Amino acid sequence: MNIANVLAQKGVKVVTIGPQHSVRQALALLAEHNIGALVAVDDAQRPVGILSERDIVRAAARNEQVFGRTVAELMTRNVIVGVPEDDLKSVGHTMTEKRIRHLPVVEKGRLVGIVSIGDIVKAQRDQYEGLVDTLQTQIADHPA
Amino acid sequence: MPTPGTEARPLRVAIIGAGPAGYYTADHLFRQPGLVAEVDMFDRLPTPFGLVRFGVAPDHQKIKSVTAAFDKTAAHPRFRFYGNVDFGKALTLDELRAHYHQLVFTTGAQTDRRMGIPGEDLVGSHPATEFVAWYNGHPDYRDYRFDLTQERVAVVGVGNVAVDVARILCRSGEELAATDIADYALEALRASRVREVYLLGRRGPAQAAFTNPEIKELGELADAAITVPPEEAELDPLSRADLERTQDRVTRKKVEILQGYALRKVTGKSKLLTVRFLVSPVELYGDAAGHVRAIRLCRNELYATPAGTLQARATDRFEELPVGLVFRSVGYRGVPLPGVPFHDKWGVVLNEKGRVVDPATQEAVVGEYAAGWIKRGPTGVIGTNKPDAAETVACMVEDLARRAILDPAAPEVGAAEAVVSRRQPNYVSYADWRRLDALEVARGRAAGRPRIKFTSVEEMLAALGR
Repeated sequence: MNIANVLAQKGVKVVTIGPQHSVRQALALLAEHNIGALVAVDDAQRPVGILSERDIVRAAARNEQVFGRTVAELMTRNVIVGVPEDDLKSVGHTMTEKRIRHLPVVEKGRLVGIVSIGDIVKAQRDQYEGLVDTLQTQIADHPA
Repeated sequence: MPTPGTEARPLRVAIIGAGPAGYYTADHLFRQPGLVAEVDMFDRLPTPFGLVRFGVAPDHQKIKSVTAAFDKTAAHPRFRFYGNVDFGKALTLDELRAHYHQLVFTTGAQTDRRMGIPGEDLVGSHPATEFVAWYNGHPDYRDYRFDLTQERVAVVGVGNVAVDVARILCRSGEELAATDIADYALEALRASRVREVYLLGRRGPAQAAFTNPEIKELGELADAAITVPPEEAELDPLSRADLERTQDRVTRKKVEILQGYALRKVTGKSKLLTVRFLVSPVELYGDAAGHVRAIRLCRNELYATPAGTLQARATDRFEELPVGLVFRSVGYRGVPLPGVPFHDKWGVVLNEKGRVVDPATQEAVVGEYAAGWIKRGPTGVIGTNKPDAAETVACMVEDLARRAILDPAAPEVGAAEAVVSRRQPNYVSYADWRRLDALEVARGRAAGRPRIKFTSVEEMLAALGR
């Protein structure tokens, strides 16, 4: 299984924001779409950073005037990105090891989707459940 | 009017495609507490079970035993099967909308990906799926011909489909005769002159998609030896480091099995199966008659993507592999359904967790869902469709509670059936299928085989006295 199979069930909506926008706007988007991170993209839809709820919490703890600052000031640059052909397994390992919770997925440099660690865990769980179920069918005379 | 889903007013659901994803969807619907659902399942073929009948290899009867679970679902009093009814032709989307509250597309990934290299369309180069459908007796493929007078065959890909094709080519006539392989395929394979089969993997042994039981089975064939070039069974430094990092026991075992094959002596059997790694076809060469005579292979090396996957990239080293027959198994994709939004990049119905999504509004299309390979792409085993269908059904139940469902003009069972029988008088019911099934098994018993399949629609209808 690869990342394309995860993205295939996630519709077309990828919520992004421009780095010049305010944290206030970012928060509104996070709340509206019930998500934990926003990919910041330039005009060509290339990811330039990622802004997570954690980035905002960290900044707010230091300075309560966080709402008016820009996404560019708070976002994490040097984002690790995936490609649709990445294996589910290796992405799972990388996200766990590097403590990444959201992975933007690009194709020819352009953003095509985002996967969360939750998506990865769910896909892996479904894969194992499916394997167990199929093995049980093969050893049982009367499958449940 | 009360919300559908009660005795008085059952929720009416149409499922398009009678493969595993369709059955699991029906099963999950029937198991919803407090929900009364009626499921009408359609398939363009007269027979149910999709790839369990036409994909799973004939020498893997144990895997096919999952149909016992499907029969249980089908025995539910509110389940109906309409086989030989082609969605889009015999029945349109609008007609379904007039008779059902919810529609679920479970049509699978029906077409193969192309390699995109010169010579791909030479005579003797085929999608592996066509060969699979042919030997499994799929009515649409029974008249296909494969040149089994060739001695050398390449199967491009190292997924389980590629392994199935290689294994069937390597099986002895005696081994095949114990299966439910189509009669004509048994005859053709008995006369086969294939002696050398090559499985070609783009990446290394640690990245091969086949599962350990499948690759082990290749080492236990009655009349075919297996080998792996020792230098290709060796792990490159990146793969070794990756295994060290992930401590992946399954992959480690896979590599051990393959390295064991590299050490085996190849003697005493009439066929030879060679598993190759780190090679990609770049061109098929033809002879004067336009028939495949060789594959030009590029040697690959591995590199790590930023997210940690080891991928193949071409080097400047090439070789030529003389073969007269090529099967490509480099991926599959869904076929768009008339009137249903499609995501061309992923080759699936455009969906979010199984809810069909309108590309213009990016919102869910009321009453339309997908499950299985047409939802997530071709990945996983049969059982993977169970949690997949559960997710789709959870969305259906949620939408029903919000009353975000279709409002059919004629939701009665009789109304839908009247349209079906008008459009396709020769539709096949589940009772009809059970008769066909019993006939196939009886024919098989006489020959000491699990079953002998009917392989044309006419044959099936004739057996039903139509």
